[in-house]
Amino acid sequence: MSKVYIALQDNEESHYIVEAIEEDNPDVTVIYQPAMIRIECEGHMVIKRETVEEKMGRDWEIPALHVNLITLGGNVDEDDDQLSLTWNN
Amino acid sequence: MSNKKLNMKDKYRLLTRDLEWEFSYRDRKEIFPQEDFEGIKITDWSKWEDPFRLTMDSYWKYQAEKEKKLYAIFDAFSQNNGQQNVTDARYVNAIKLFLTGVSPLEYQAYSGFAHVGRQFGGVGARVACQMQSLDELRHVQTQIHAMSHYNKHFDGFQDFAHMHDRVWYLSVPKSFFDDARSAGPFEFMVAIGFSFEYVLTNLLFVPFMSGAAYNGDMATVTFGFSAQSDEARHMTLGLEIIKFLLEQHEDNVPIVQRWINKWLWRGYRVLTLVAMMMDYMLPNKVMSWQESFEVYFEEAASSLFKDLARYGIEMPPYAADAIAEKEHLSHQAWSIFYNYGHAAAFHTWMPTAQEMDWLSEKYPNTFDKYYRPRFEKWREMEEAGERYYNPTLPMLCQTCQIPMGFTDMENPTMTSYRQSVYDGERYNFCSNGCKDIFDHEPEKYVQSWMPVHQIFQGNCGGPEMEDVLGDYYRINLGVDNLDFKGSPDEARWNGWHNLQSAEDKLKKAS
Repeated sequence: MSKVYIALQDNEESHYIVEAIEEDNPDVTVIYQPAMIRIECEGHMVIKRETVEEKMGRDWEIPALHVNLITLGGNVDEDDDQLSLTWNN
Repeated sequence: MSNKKLNMKDKYRLLTRDLEWEFSYRDRKEIFPQEDFEGIKITDWSKWEDPFRLTMDSYWKYQAEKEKKLYAIFDAFSQNNGQQNVTDARYVNAIKLFLTGVSPLEYQAYSGFAHVGRQFGGVGARVACQMQSLDELRHVQTQIHAMSHYNKHFDGFQDFAHMHDRVWYLSVPKSFFDDARSAGPFEFMVAIGFSFEYVLTNLLFVPFMSGAAYNGDMATVTFGFSAQSDEARHMTLGLEIIKFLLEQHEDNVPIVQRWINKWLWRGYRVLTLVAMMMDYMLPNKVMSWQESFEVYFEEAASSLFKDLARYGIEMPPYAADAIAEKEHLSHQAWSIFYNYGHAAAFHTWMPTAQEMDWLSEKYPNTFDKYYRPRFEKWREMEEAGERYYNPTLPMLCQTCQIPMGFTDMENPTMTSYRQSVYDGERYNFCSNGCKDIFDHEPEKYVQSWMPVHQIFQGNCGGPEMEDVLGDYYRINLGVDNLDFKGSPDEARWNGWHNLQSAEDKLKKAS
């Protein structure tokens, strides 16, 4: 199975997003590199608005991910509640 | 009427569907004249879907936020004399190469997307191209802005746009984009959306930028990551256009496969510059070229091609050639630039003993066997006061325009050399990929502006080296070029940090 991945800038806001991703996707691997955090997972990964809001303690919308996003790999599906990455293989 | 707030999907549908109108008094072919000639068949543009479903309001909102963050950091960097806090002044030469070689490509991308955004019959594709065009304009502006600070303190930044159009090694990235922009709109999308965004920028803007951070360059890492956050959207779009074309008509499959083959190789060849930036120009090392290549090229490409397999798309045959070169590429590239250090608008140098040990460790199968002996010989010559500069002009590959310095992977001490004859003239290539690309469209590539040919034809300022490098390229000779050791950059850096150059130390000791 191929790995989907997302890389975020290493900053305060991203730490909450990473926490949320880890909670919703128990199988992810989180790799800290200079100035960035790479999160990868076999096949599928989801970022849920609700979990991120809970971690941040405030409202947060999915497109706000772009502010801290560096890169990603996988087929993207985005709506108001979640953004998911999937490889169909 | 309901006051219910629209969700993202509805907003996107309204933006990309309801804005379209029927053309009642003009033929569609007149309105979109470039849509057919490449052989691509589109049966239903409404199947185009932007996975991010980005609407204008959220585009402006989040792009503005990215810019605010970015400019706050540029201000902090310059207010705090950030140029003095990078690891080592040699590092700044990677940024010179970036400004002269890469930033002008962002401008080409802006202009290319503005063009193709007019040519597509589907409104979803037009909106996506318009946003991408604006992104690319933002990238070139923020990059020039970030690097303008370095221009106040280091040499070699002053004439980047002039140089981009003329200097021999900058013809490598420039001709890559010229090639894409002179193709049809669908090929441009595959070339840039796939090759440039997926293959190139991911390697340049992710591991290299992480390296910039590790070398204290706050301004560069920030514009890099900020640009790449747009590129993540572009990559997704690149993948989307490929899937869209493949789903529209089975006749599109062989055309798209050929474009993918071509542009994967074209993009990979441009990455040669990034390979040496990673291994030779970052004083503090994060990961080697080979390691980044394995993650962002091999692994990413294999996931992508497995995903595309169900459409009948296969991994390009040249991917194996690229993989075979991963333990050699950066060393061969740096050797070329060290050879021609007098003809480059940035400084070159031999790695320190410690840096060579790092290269041996990262490249156990190749560095000591093929490259260390040569590098140690060059270092010896340098210490004897005879720093080696190659006085000849190199033969260039007709397709990628890189000097023919790559070797045969079966026999790594022999130059890889291919040729084709077209219309009675012989053309030279560095690889099977470059030869095949030429053979498919010789009429296009025989017109390439080859820097070395142009010099010999007398089109570059005059017959002497100084005419070409000084007058035509506008390199400040003895200032921008030559070895880092003994350069004004080095003297200034040492002055800031109260360091002595090796030469001064020797003088004082004697």
